[in-house]
Amino acid sequence: MSFVIKTPADVRPSEITPERVYQTRRRFMHVIGAAGLASSVPAVALHTGWMDSKGFAPAPPSEDTVTPRGYATSFNNFYEFGTDKNDPAELGSRLTTEPWKVEVAGLVGKPGTYDIEDLLTGVDLEERIYRLRCVEAWSMVIPWIGFPLKTLLERFNPLGSAKYVAFTTLYRPEEMPGQRSYFSSIKYPYVEGLRLDEAYHPLAIMAVGMYGQVLPNQNGAPLRLVVPWKYGFKSIKSIVRIELTETRPRTTWNLTASNEYGFFANVNPTVHHPRWSQGSERRLPSSLFNGNRKVSTRMYNGYDEVAGLYAGMNLRLNY
Amino acid sequence: MLMGWDVAIEIRSPGSVFGADPAEAIVVLLGTWTIRLLLVTLSISTVARIFKRPRIVTLRRTVGLWTFVYACIHFTAYFTLLAEFSISAWLEDFSERTYITAGMAALMLLIPLAVTSTRNWQRRLGLRWRKLHTLIYPAAMAALLHVLWAAKASFLDVFIYGLALAILFGERIVVRIRRRAGRGAISR
Ligand code: HEM
Repeated sequence: MSFVIKTPADVRPSEITPERVYQTRRRFMHVIGAAGLASSVPAVALHTGWMDSKGFAPAPPSEDTVTPRGYATSFNNFYEFGTDKNDPAELGSRLTTEPWKVEVAGLVGKPGTYDIEDLLTGVDLEERIYRLRCVEAWSMVIPWIGFPLKTLLERFNPLGSAKYVAFTTLYRPEEMPGQRSYFSSIKYPYVEGLRLDEAYHPLAIMAVGMYGQVLPNQNGAPLRLVVPWKYGFKSIKSIVRIELTETRPRTTWNLTASNEYGFFANVNPTVHHPRWSQGSERRLPSSLFNGNRKVSTRMYNGYDEVAGLYAGMNLRLNY
Repeated sequence: MLMGWDVAIEIRSPGSVFGADPAEAIVVLLGTWTIRLLLVTLSISTVARIFKRPRIVTLRRTVGLWTFVYACIHFTAYFTLLAEFSISAWLEDFSERTYITAGMAALMLLIPLAVTSTRNWQRRLGLRWRKLHTLIYPAAMAALLHVLWAAKASFLDVFIYGLALAILFGERIVVRIRRRAGRGAISR
């Protein structure tokens, strides 16, 4: 319910890391991360374990200013925990993410249920600073830590007949209060999907961390998709199932309101939406009076290198 | 009034009160207060009838005018913070986004009510004043549609507002039926 807007419990001024400090800390993390000491960074007590010992390759400097971590971890759409932006940060801590298993099914040579540790062995983690454009006309810039989705999918030996990949979020109403709501029109579990050539694009990653640390629960721990050229709802969180299919999988928001949310959901300022103007976005955090940070929305969220995937397609029909 | 304080804190330290997207948060908060005030306005005569306290009806004008004031601030917040003073953005929203169309309809319907709320107008219009002020019902319906169409996947708020409105409308219908029945009995 949006009756009261509370101060996000976990944004203390001390936690909103200025960009320069963040950059320094990131370098620091990289140096010590490899030695398994990342947990000595005092900011937040997060589960460490499997990720910290791996370390990651830092991203090259980004043209975009990274959103301070405190905003990215307190302003979330993760309806499994509630529909208010601060619900996931407040209620997400209930979620148990260890142990975590992922079921792999469908048109693959090696189906089965894998522990997340197994999925990450032999994987080199890298940092990617991506713009995240929400369909609600706001955006952030997030330094993810992950690896190409393609490397993951190829481990399961996809069959030639596979055309799509379908993902499922955890369904655990005991820990996810939003899944118990009587007033939600969303059917859980949340499902998403990509065409296989989209999934194989080098920009599409599986993320396990952000801001140099393990993913917080509210951001989709422990394993989530990030496809930066699509609206945020495509980047499904807390994945427990991956299936390769021949037919186009169903996707949650498309099932909820098909006139508003299509299967492709590529960021596209020219395709109007019945709720929000998609021509521009508020780059968060926006402030009230110190000059708003409205920026023009770019085709494919500025990631033009994906345009080839959609050559010849009518993007107005395939929204 | 509390909100003014919150806004002051927000200006001093951005993000502290309204989160990462204060523009949206403030518009939603003001809208929430507008519909609550609208429901309070509508419930005053109901409460007066049920609890036989006819004098509280004198509060109705004040609360009704505050409803209008909040609706205006809600619209102003939308126009300045979300549409960013762009008339074309507003017109696009008005024509393409049904929830905005409904919100505008509600606001428009409240204008004649606010204008004619004075004693002077009441006297001038006589019986027609009552008739004019039944516009509050379509205004409330438009406001409810506005909130319904603005809702994405969570319908608890809409359900509560809708239930409240249904009770208030229902009470009026019951009163009418009773009055008619009463009149019938006398003429017999
Ligand atoms: C009597 C008139 C109105 C009432 C009672 C009203 C009420 C509300 C309420 C209760 C909400 C919150 C919905 C939520 O919980 O998310 C809301 C949101 C909103 N209203 Fe209004 N409103 C009115 C008029 C208007 C007008 C005239 C406009 C603009 C032209 C407008 C624009 C908006 C916008 C942009 C939102 C945010 C929607 C969202 O992003 O969730 N409203 N309004």
